[in-house]
Amino acid sequence: MILLDAWDLGLAALLVLSLGFVSWRLRLGITSQILIAALRTVIQLLLIGLILKTLFGHVDLLWVALIAVIMVLVAGREIHARQTRRFRGWWGFGMGTVSMFISSFVVAILALVVLVQADPWYHPRYAIPLLGMIMGNSMTGVSLAMDRLTHGIWQQRSQIEARLILGHSWNQAAEQIQREAMRSGMMPMINAMAAAGIVSLPGMMTGQILAGSSPVEAVKYQILVMFLITAGAGFGTLAVVRVGTGRLFDDRHRLRLDRLKNIGQNGN
Amino acid sequence: MLLRAIADLDPNLGEIKLGDHQREELSAPDWRKLAGYLPAEAFWWDDLVSAHFQFDASEQVTSLGLPANILDRQIYRLSTGERQRLALIRLLQNKPALLLLDEPTASLDPASVEKSEALINQYRQEQGASVIWVSHDQQQLARIAHSKMRIEEGMVLMKDQA
Repeated sequence: MILLDAWDLGLAALLVLSLGFVSWRLRLGITSQILIAALRTVIQLLLIGLILKTLFGHVDLLWVALIAVIMVLVAGREIHARQTRRFRGWWGFGMGTVSMFISSFVVAILALVVLVQADPWYHPRYAIPLLGMIMGNSMTGVSLAMDRLTHGIWQQRSQIEARLILGHSWNQAAEQIQREAMRSGMMPMINAMAAAGIVSLPGMMTGQILAGSSPVEAVKYQILVMFLITAGAGFGTLAVVRVGTGRLFDDRHRLRLDRLKNIGQNGN
Repeated sequence: MLLRAIADLDPNLGEIKLGDHQREELSAPDWRKLAGYLPAEAFWWDDLVSAHFQFDASEQVTSLGLPANILDRQIYRLSTGERQRLALIRLLQNKPALLLLDEPTASLDPASVEKSEALINQYRQEQGASVIWVSHDQQQLARIAHSKMRIEEGMVLMKDQA
């Protein structure tokens, strides 16, 4: 395997810097964002590299669990931050976090115990990357679905209420929107599976091949990971849409948009 | 606001009884089928008119002076008056025991107003239903009401039996 040195990374960084320069000349207003994001990449990845290195030295369930919990909490916060219409109180953060926890944790643990069977099953070399990949993709699906749901219910509040008036249950009244939200949460993964290998070479597989694994072994792992991601993102999406819809109605089947935060005049 | 509260659409205080049923004994959807609320503006969740009706509505449609094939049309191509009459029919299909009508004939021409009033009256007699009818038209109130209640700035001002 060919090891990268600082010179290689520096050259790549120069490319990003020149992109920043060009965007500045074009007045795109995103130069600082590019630079800050690039800097974050460096710092965050170096940190996780160090953490993983330490973790591999001391294989301990407690440490793995701690990292996993931090990952879930950050993902929950990230989901909450991406919403245009947020739930009031702890619900926004809580729903995202809980659905991430259910989907990603269950799928990751199932994969580790039943499929990968490392020794011990929670070995960080397998546990952390698997969980990270499942979670990163579930996060996209869950936040898309949640955003679509709150947006759709807000937009169609009059139609929903018309159905409630006629004696439909909350679940019936919001059925179309729930389906749309669930679909939009699963779309990215369906696209990724359909395009895999033809349009795009998935990053994980590419990484393994670059690191010297046999392509066929890398492909097998990639298939496994894709399926896990799809299941995790899919079930997480279903959970969050279900719970989120329920939260927007009360026990007397009233539409309760007051449980969403107002977003000011230009939000419509 | 009063009609919305009776239909249990906003959180509210107070007890309501309809026949033998206390409101809280029934599930909210069952209650709303019993206490049928017709808002001033009706909304539609499907493009096709007929998708909003549980039963064949062609008979009631013609009795309100609408063309029978209106059920196969697209909602967005209908006039406000046509939608208002269709909303009334849509509501009556639930067979509510209490009708909560908010200006049900506001955007209709005199001939259609008469037909709508007749349909509501006929329904009331056949089903033994009660009707709470909100209207700003004094002449209409004189025609249809058995008792009147005038509400100004949240206060009941006057109540009389006709």
